[in-house]
Amino acid sequence: MPVFFSAEEYRTVEAACARLIPTDQDPGATEAGVVDYIDTLLGAFAFDPPRIWAGGPFSGRFGGAAGFATFHRLTALDELAWRTRLEGSLGRPEREWNGPVTGLQERYRQGAALLGDDFADAAPDEQDRRLREHKDFTDLLYEHACQGMYGAPEYGGNRGLVGWSYIDYLGDVQPRGYSDEEVSQP
Amino acid sequence: MTRDFDAIIIGSGPGGSTAADVLTAAGWSVVIFEKGRNHLIDLDDPHRLAGDFSNDEIKFMYRWFLGPDPLLEPRTFRRDEADGDRLRTGEVNNVPSTVGGGGTHADGKVPRFREEDFRLLSEWGPVDGATVADWPLSYDDLEPSYAEAERLIGVAGDAGANPFAAWRSGPYPMPPGAPMYGALLSSAAAEKLGWHPYPAPTACNSVPYDGRPACNNCGFCAFFGCPIHAKGDPVAPLRRALVSGRAELRPETFVSRILVENGLATGVEYVDRAGDVRTERAGHVVLAAGGVETPRLLLLSGFEHPMIGRNVMFHLQTYALGKMPVRVHGHKGRSVTHVHDDHMVPDADSLAAARAAGLPWFKGGMVEHAGPSHTIIEARFAPWGERHKDHMRRSEMREYLWGFCMQGEDLPQATNRVDLDPKVRDVRGFPALRVTYQSHRHEQVASDYYGAKLEECLTLAGAEWTLRATSPGTIDPVPVSRHVAGTVRMGTDRETSVCDAWGRLHDVPNVLVADSSLFPTGAGYGPTLTLVALAIRNTRALAGTPAGRATSPPGG
Repeated sequence: MPVFFSAEEYRTVEAACARLIPTDQDPGATEAGVVDYIDTLLGAFAFDPPRIWAGGPFSGRFGGAAGFATFHRLTALDELAWRTRLEGSLGRPEREWNGPVTGLQERYRQGAALLGDDFADAAPDEQDRRLREHKDFTDLLYEHACQGMYGAPEYGGNRGLVGWSYIDYLGDVQPRGYSDEEVSQP
Repeated sequence: MTRDFDAIIIGSGPGGSTAADVLTAAGWSVVIFEKGRNHLIDLDDPHRLAGDFSNDEIKFMYRWFLGPDPLLEPRTFRRDEADGDRLRTGEVNNVPSTVGGGGTHADGKVPRFREEDFRLLSEWGPVDGATVADWPLSYDDLEPSYAEAERLIGVAGDAGANPFAAWRSGPYPMPPGAPMYGALLSSAAAEKLGWHPYPAPTACNSVPYDGRPACNNCGFCAFFGCPIHAKGDPVAPLRRALVSGRAELRPETFVSRILVENGLATGVEYVDRAGDVRTERAGHVVLAAGGVETPRLLLLSGFEHPMIGRNVMFHLQTYALGKMPVRVHGHKGRSVTHVHDDHMVPDADSLAAARAAGLPWFKGGMVEHAGPSHTIIEARFAPWGERHKDHMRRSEMREYLWGFCMQGEDLPQATNRVDLDPKVRDVRGFPALRVTYQSHRHEQVASDYYGAKLEECLTLAGAEWTLRATSPGTIDPVPVSRHVAGTVRMGTDRETSVCDAWGRLHDVPNVLVADSSLFPTGAGYGPTLTLVALAIRNTRALAGTPAGRATSPPGG
């Protein structure tokens, strides 16, 4: 269940991400759960601690404890920044020290509406046409799609490490690292 | 008036941490104010590290984990007055705002400056439109502190490998680490052109050092905190200061004003983490907030010296990149293992090129041999749609791209400055700092001249194609360089400099600046080791425990 998107928005954003990073012989945005990465970012405050910064120092994939899974607690200022970034300033004076801020949530709500209720069921060429037409939103979506495809899976995307596997990338290799031979030789 | 501390230190980066170490070792009590969070060290047990750094591209590259968050602490930028009040608001040369400061995100290249970098005006002469100056101290004055700084933060390098290097009183504390494969290829080509690549002096352990492990080549170096603290982030001096029992570190406290009475600082006003305004008093203030925050605090405090904030310098970075015929996997290894200095040494050809361009001379800077590393950034350069995944599978960027980044010397100009933005505020309501900056023609001509040679070198190394870019310039008018210097320059003339030869404000001599703001010129090297060495020299003088002054090179 999405924590931020409505069911319709979720379908639209998922379909849009599938056009940005398609599925071919290798998994794409759909298999990586990129839409879940974005939903988790937009709804970060549905979790405690909020899903902003994964922990450290290791993920456990190459040894050590699985520290990434425990997200950092936010300070009051961190929370103010991230709530403002995600939710917008909403007319609240304490969030408008430099004037109103449009939140990412609103940009996604508007972007999904611009792509249209029927986006998920439209033909691929038509989907691409709409993505090109609404370039500002598509640029935002692509930025987040790249993060959700190729970032650490603890943030909700890169499910099963499919984003790293198909490009033959090991990801976070601490505490194993790379041997001197792996660094110095072809 | 109560004084709980001998000195207040503002900023916990390499400069402030070093000052804390030197002063506490001399028996002083200090309090360190840091506006950012503490992700570095366990304050209850300084032998334990916080364990918050990680190989996490999202956290460090896209979510401002090390701060400053551009919403909370925006900065503004314009090229000159013709841009109006500002061209950009948000991220402008953000050096981390966190315990450890810029030391946490640097990839740890820590070269010393060369002898002539301390006497640029005498050595090479004035340049129209630039405020070229000599430093009020020589390399020989600083050498003992350079040696101490290298031991303190732990530097790996090969003394004697760089024919252009300044003299040194001893070897590096550690040998160089594993060379990156791409650097071996580019170094071989550079040598064919008569250049002199050498192992980069790196604050990155090649062997266990000072209780910290050797680097294991994970590749998450520049812009990332090191998960195993193999990097010479300021954990070493900070830990020693805290263990002494004479230092208190207060994260999440923002110093908003240095208090002055009768020409001397009496303390500071600060905003604590609850948002309350408080006062702390001490006999001395060490200001180590960095190249842009230091002048901002002086301006917020009402200091009036007309040179505060002027002569801000970055580096003009010239990137020459080539697609290599084999995988060079720049994402494995400690970011940069080889550099060369040939392009910061004018020769007959470069002097002729300078004269042809109407300049008396020009200098480039240290050239780093490196390749790009990470996957999200590679994807953002890839197109979306059907071609995206072929692009990522081929990985021309992460696996095959290799090249050079020249840290071109940026001449100081009085019109390049940091001041307070007339409108934009930080979250606490204080004016944001504004950078007004554009390159001098010196940097642009040097970049064109050496950039072409660097592309030639890549072709010689086998590159199938090459490209060139500069920052500021082709990429963006805002310099991406995090090397910031020069904004409260030191000198002997009270009119043209803000600080004296020992880093003290001419006008308020019990305020000592301990960061790269002091630099009269920026050289073609990163500032960290030099600012740490200056902090050692100047705080030792303050505490009456001076390092020795070497009078001549060893054997000289």
